[in-house]
Amino acid sequence: MTLTLKVDRPKSRVLTLAGRVNIAVIVLIALYLAISVRQPIYLEPAGLMNFLRRAAPLAILASGQLFVLTSGGFDLSVGSLVTLTVIGGSMLTANDPGNTWWTIAFLYTVGLIVGLLNGAVVAYLKVPSIIATLGMLLSVNGAAMMWSGGAPRGYLPDNFRMFGRLVFHDVPIIGIFPLAIAVLAVVASLAYWALHRTVFGRWVFAVGDNPRAAELGGVRVDLVRIAVFVISALSAVTAGIMLGGFGGVSVDVGLGLELQAVAACVVGGVQLMGGRGTLIGAVAGALTLFALFTLLTLLGLPQPLKDTAQGIILIAAVAIGAWRRRRAA
Amino acid sequence: MSAVDVATRAAWLRRRGPRVPALLFVGSVALYVAVALWTGETRMLDTDGIIGLLQRMVALGVVALGQTFVIIGGSIDLSVANMISVAAVLASFIMQGHVDMMLPAVAIVLATSAIVGVVNGLIITRLAVNPLIATLGVGLILQGLLSASFTNFAGSVPPEFQLVAYSTLGVVPYSVVGLFVLAALGASLLRATRFGAHLYAVGGNAEGARLAGVRTNRVLILAHLICSLSAGLTGLYLASRLRSGAPWVGRDGVYDLESIAVVVIGGTLLAGGRGGVWGTLAGVLLFVTLDVDFNMLGVSAYPQLVLRGAIVILAVAAYTFRTRGHVA
Repeated sequence: MTLTLKVDRPKSRVLTLAGRVNIAVIVLIALYLAISVRQPIYLEPAGLMNFLRRAAPLAILASGQLFVLTSGGFDLSVGSLVTLTVIGGSMLTANDPGNTWWTIAFLYTVGLIVGLLNGAVVAYLKVPSIIATLGMLLSVNGAAMMWSGGAPRGYLPDNFRMFGRLVFHDVPIIGIFPLAIAVLAVVASLAYWALHRTVFGRWVFAVGDNPRAAELGGVRVDLVRIAVFVISALSAVTAGIMLGGFGGVSVDVGLGLELQAVAACVVGGVQLMGGRGTLIGAVAGALTLFALFTLLTLLGLPQPLKDTAQGIILIAAVAIGAWRRRRAA
Repeated sequence: MSAVDVATRAAWLRRRGPRVPALLFVGSVALYVAVALWTGETRMLDTDGIIGLLQRMVALGVVALGQTFVIIGGSIDLSVANMISVAAVLASFIMQGHVDMMLPAVAIVLATSAIVGVVNGLIITRLAVNPLIATLGVGLILQGLLSASFTNFAGSVPPEFQLVAYSTLGVVPYSVVGLFVLAALGASLLRATRFGAHLYAVGGNAEGARLAGVRTNRVLILAHLICSLSAGLTGLYLASRLRSGAPWVGRDGVYDLESIAVVVIGGTLLAGGRGGVWGTLAGVLLFVTLDVDFNMLGVSAYPQLVLRGAIVILAVAAYTFRTRGHVA
C-alpha cells in the first residue's frame, strides 16, 4: 500500500500539474504559432507587443467581468459603457487637450455610478443581474446616443488617445513598448491581487459558491455584490479610454464587447454562476479569443464567419470545461 | 372540496403566482388610454387604433410565447433573434415570389427551426453547457452562416403569402387571431398536459424532478424545440409583413432580449418553475403600449431607449424586491 503510493506520487504530481495549466494557455500558444506561420512578424518582439496592445482592452474587460462572474452574476452593460466612455470623452474634451484629465476623472465617476446602480439593483431589489445589466445596457446606450445626437463628431485629443496609441520606441531588447501593455499589466496585477490575495477576493468566491453560506459566515453579501459591479464598470471605462485611442469616435465601439468579455472568461475556465475562476484564465482567455480573431482575419475569413467560429469555440470551451469537471468529480 | 383538490388548487395558485397578468393588463391599458386622452390622440382609441396596437404585438408575442416555455424550464434561449432572421431569409429566398413554393418554404423553415431547437437542447442537456452560452453560441453560428451567405434582402414572398400579415377576419387581422390561438395552445400545453407539469417540475427543481422519474433532458429539449419553432413562426410572419427577409430583421427587433424581458415582466421566474403565457402576453402588451405612449407624448427615440431600460429594471424589481433569498 505504502509502496504503491510512493510509486504513484511523482506521476500524479505531473498529472495535477498538467491539469492545473489553464487550457486557454495551451490553445493560445497553438493559435499564436499558427498566426506566426502566416505572418512571421508576430514572432518578433514588435509583433508580439502590437498583438498585446490590441488585445489589451478585451483583457481588461475580461479582468473586470471575472469578478462579477466569480460572484455568480453577469455584467452585460460593459459594452455600452465603453461606447459611452468614448462618446463622452469626445463630447467633453471638445478637441481641447486641456480638458483631458478632468474628462477622464468624470468618466470614471460615471462608471462608478453605473457600477453602484447595477450592484444596488441586484443586491437590494433582487433583480437577476442578467436583467438588471441588460436594462442598464439599454439605458446607457440610449444616453450615449442622446449625448452625441446619434452622430458623434470630432476626435479625441492626443493626450486622451495616448493610452491606446502611445508606443515607446528604442526600448532595449523588446524594441517597442506600447503604453497600453503597461496599463494592462497594472490592471491585471491589481485584479490578481484583489481576487487571489485579499480577504475581499475570498468573499467574492464565497458569495459565488454559496451566498447563503457566505452570509452565515459573516460576509456582507450585498456589499460584495456592489463591489464586483463597480470593479467591472471601472474596467469598462478603462477599456473605453484605450479603445478611444485605437480608432475613431463611433456609436458602436462597444458593440458586443460584453459578450466577448464573458466569452473570454469562459474560454479561460471561469465557471458561470460563480465560485470558480482565475485572473490568469481570464486574461489568457481574452488573448486566446483575440488570437482567434486575428488568425481568422489573416486567413481571409469574412467577418460573419468569425462570429460562427466564435460561437463554436464558446460552446466547445464550456463543454470541455464541464466534461473535465465531471471527470474530476 | 377534497384534500387533493385543495392541494392541487394551492399548487396551481402558487405556480401561477399573484394576479400579475390582470394587473399588468389593466395598468398598460389605463396608461395607454390616459396618454391618448391627455395628448388628444383619441383616434388611437378607436377600432383601427386598437387593432394596430394588437398587430404590433404579434411578432414579439409569438417568439415570447416560446421563450416562456424555456424560461419556465429554468433554461433560456438567446438564439431566437438569429433564428428569426434565418427563418425570414430562408422563407423569402425559397419562395422567390412563387406561390407554389409557399408550402415547401414553410416546411423547410419549420424543419430548420425544429432542428436548431433540438440542437440547443442537446448542447444544454448532453454537453452540460450553460444555456446562456449554448444558445448564444448557436445564435452566433446561425448569424455568421446567414450573414456570410446573404448581405441584403433575399428573394421575396408572393402576394398570397403576404395575406398572412395583411388579411383580416372581419376587422381582426388573422395574425392577431393566430397569436391568441397560439397563446391558448401554449396555456393548455402548460396547464393540462403531462409535459407541462414536468416542465414546471424541471424548472423548479431539476434534480428533484429527475429523482421523481421525470426525463428532464427530454422535457428541456422539447421546450427548446417549441421555443425555436415559435421563433421560426415569427420569422415567417416578418417575411410576410416585410414582403422579403433580410439577415438583420431579428437582430434589429432585439427579439432575444425583448422576449426575455417581457416573459420576466409577465411574472415568469427567470430561475424557472413558475409563470405562464398570459403573463407574457400582458408583458408584450406593456412593451407595445409603452412604445405608442412614448410616440404620442413625443418622446424622441434615444430618451425612449433610456426610459425603456429603466422600465425593464423597475418592472422586474416590482416582483423581486420582496425576495428574501439571494439573487445573482
